[in-house]
Amino acid sequence: MNLKPTRLRMCGNWVLDRFPLAQVWNEHMAHYYAPKNFNFWYFFGSLALLVLVNQFVTGILLTMNYKPDAKFAFDSVEYIMRDVNWGWLVRYMHSTGASAFFIVVYLHMFRGLLYGSFKQPRELIWIFGMLLFVALMAEAFMGYLLPWGQMSYWGAQVIISLFSAIPVIGDDLALWIRGDYVISDATLNRFFAFHVIAVPLVLVLLVFMHIVALHEVGSNNPDGVDIKKSKDPWGHPVDGIPFHPYYTVKDVVGVAVFMIFFATIIFYMPEMGGYFLEHANFIPADPMKTPEHIAPVWYFTPFYSILRAIPDKFAGVIGMGGSIVVLFLLPWLDRGQVKSIRYRGGIYKKALMLFVVSFIALGYLGTQPVTPLATIMARIFTAYYFGFFLLMPIYTRWEKLKPVPSHLTTQPTLEERIPDMIAVFNEVIKTESVTTEEGATELKQRFNPTGAKNVLIRTAKNLKESLD
Amino acid sequence: MKKLLSLFLLVLSVNVFASSGVELQDANVDLTDKVSLQRGAKYFVTYCLGCHSAKQIRYLRVANDLGLDEKHVLDDIAPEGAGIYDQLHSAMNKHDAEKWFGTQPPDLSLVARSRGADWLYSYLKGFYVDKNRPFGVNNAIFEDVGMPNPLWQLQGEQKPVFVNDGERRVLDKLVSASVGTQSPEEFDKTVNDLVNFLVYVGEPVQLERQKMGKYVLFFLFVFLAIAYLLKKEYWKDVH
Repeated sequence: MNLKPTRLRMCGNWVLDRFPLAQVWNEHMAHYYAPKNFNFWYFFGSLALLVLVNQFVTGILLTMNYKPDAKFAFDSVEYIMRDVNWGWLVRYMHSTGASAFFIVVYLHMFRGLLYGSFKQPRELIWIFGMLLFVALMAEAFMGYLLPWGQMSYWGAQVIISLFSAIPVIGDDLALWIRGDYVISDATLNRFFAFHVIAVPLVLVLLVFMHIVALHEVGSNNPDGVDIKKSKDPWGHPVDGIPFHPYYTVKDVVGVAVFMIFFATIIFYMPEMGGYFLEHANFIPADPMKTPEHIAPVWYFTPFYSILRAIPDKFAGVIGMGGSIVVLFLLPWLDRGQVKSIRYRGGIYKKALMLFVVSFIALGYLGTQPVTPLATIMARIFTAYYFGFFLLMPIYTRWEKLKPVPSHLTTQPTLEERIPDMIAVFNEVIKTESVTTEEGATELKQRFNPTGAKNVLIRTAKNLKESLD
Repeated sequence: MKKLLSLFLLVLSVNVFASSGVELQDANVDLTDKVSLQRGAKYFVTYCLGCHSAKQIRYLRVANDLGLDEKHVLDDIAPEGAGIYDQLHSAMNKHDAEKWFGTQPPDLSLVARSRGADWLYSYLKGFYVDKNRPFGVNNAIFEDVGMPNPLWQLQGEQKPVFVNDGERRVLDKLVSASVGTQSPEEFDKTVNDLVNFLVYVGEPVQLERQKMGKYVLFFLFVFLAIAYLLKKEYWKDVH
């Protein structure tokens, strides 16, 4: 009876004597102190990791039946969708996961903009994160060619031909990337190699460095206060809590909410109205037939819009590349002395709000055909996109900062706000008891215009106040 | 703020397209209507399979999903000589197709996913007489399509009515020129069955996936409740 556990423990000790498992666990989980005031925006890092794992698992399963051959690729995807057991589920998890990855990553990056997570001493975390974003874009772009549909083919054709806009070496470079004069079997094969092994390796390595760099300097928080400044007698930050178990259990709640959205899309709207799976991609690639309207998948459209907005092709390529490069420079462009948006001046808040508007508008315009008006709009938003970053060294100096507290503040959590939300709902939708013709009383819900007006005015006032 | 709003409205207005004379009609797709799907399968093999394949699906799958037994599918629906494990291949070969139509008729397995049910419904009802076209017909939805009207005997012939919209002559509507073997209501139903079947062929698993989704979501909501309570329990000493 007694022998077994002891032997098991001995085996365990044998490993622990030779591998610092407990140390790694403690350093990164059980003894990693994170600020206790993480809010909604802090779910998306762990969710990005979840989606990455999802893409790996489903991707490996897809590879078992997919054929990277221009003759068979399209049919093999349909074979997976129809004849492979659970193939449809795996494929939808992978295709929806690609879009979910970008949603999660965009929100994760926006969190950085909100709370100054890219600022000293976390510049390197931001750089690793941006490299991850670039690798993710490459991964998504090459993965999108693999189903070998019309949009796969012509989207890749358009994007690779951009390289030929580079003077002198352009045409040779594009030829070298494609391995042929047009997108062909050679291109498909090399994209497959990059998509399933080369880029995923880079992604894993970068995720590792992103997290190691983060755990070296510690997490930022919605107040932008350095929690390491005040420590208890044992050397732990007063405002910090161990990542495990506090944030592991909290992130599981985030995972559950995310999965509800994820499952809803997979089971009820896998095409997402043509945004996650484009309609034209259900037609096999045909090098002889150019589709009327070529649009990249939604997550590339803001950058695609910038490309189209600039009249000259080469300048457009520079502009599109520049729109990514400028993000790398963010830690040095922002001269604001305060991290969190809570204590920053109105000018940054307004600038950031307009940036979000222009990013979404560019994204929308990128899905639409070119018209003169759309081009003008895209130019205005492109100018704003670059203005937001490049003018930052100037306008962030004018900010009127608010005093930053020395400790973390407590803000109402999402669940504490629920009663307020219910109150607002009741103000807009009034429940009245109505006597029907038969004499019975019924509760009827009616839209209340004055209530809605009051709510709108209050929201506008709050917004204006919070923007000062 | 006002500037912002007007900008937004401008962006939205970009989306307004100039619509052509003929609008798409609504198809009534109901994949739970097995009888309609069975009729659709029969029509598909009779009127479409001569030229178009649906190679991504097998007769066996059709039999299983539409609640038919295999023998019935082979005897009544599939063309002679087809086996139950065969995909829905067309009898026409590539060379003949190129010779007769100038192009190979596309495979229709995924046409409902690329075009949409309403488009298919309107397209199949949209053929009209046009002496300038090689097969004597044109289509209101797909101009100058290189395909004859496979359902003309059922529908009869349609004549176009044009109106002058400034300089251009625009197709306004189609009127019946000769009577077919089916009444307009019967014909609508036939086309609808056919479209219903094509939507099914586009993604045979869709009913199953929607059914399964309910259980998955139910599980996830229970999981969320438990995860939330666990989080609350752990966090009650954090202030």
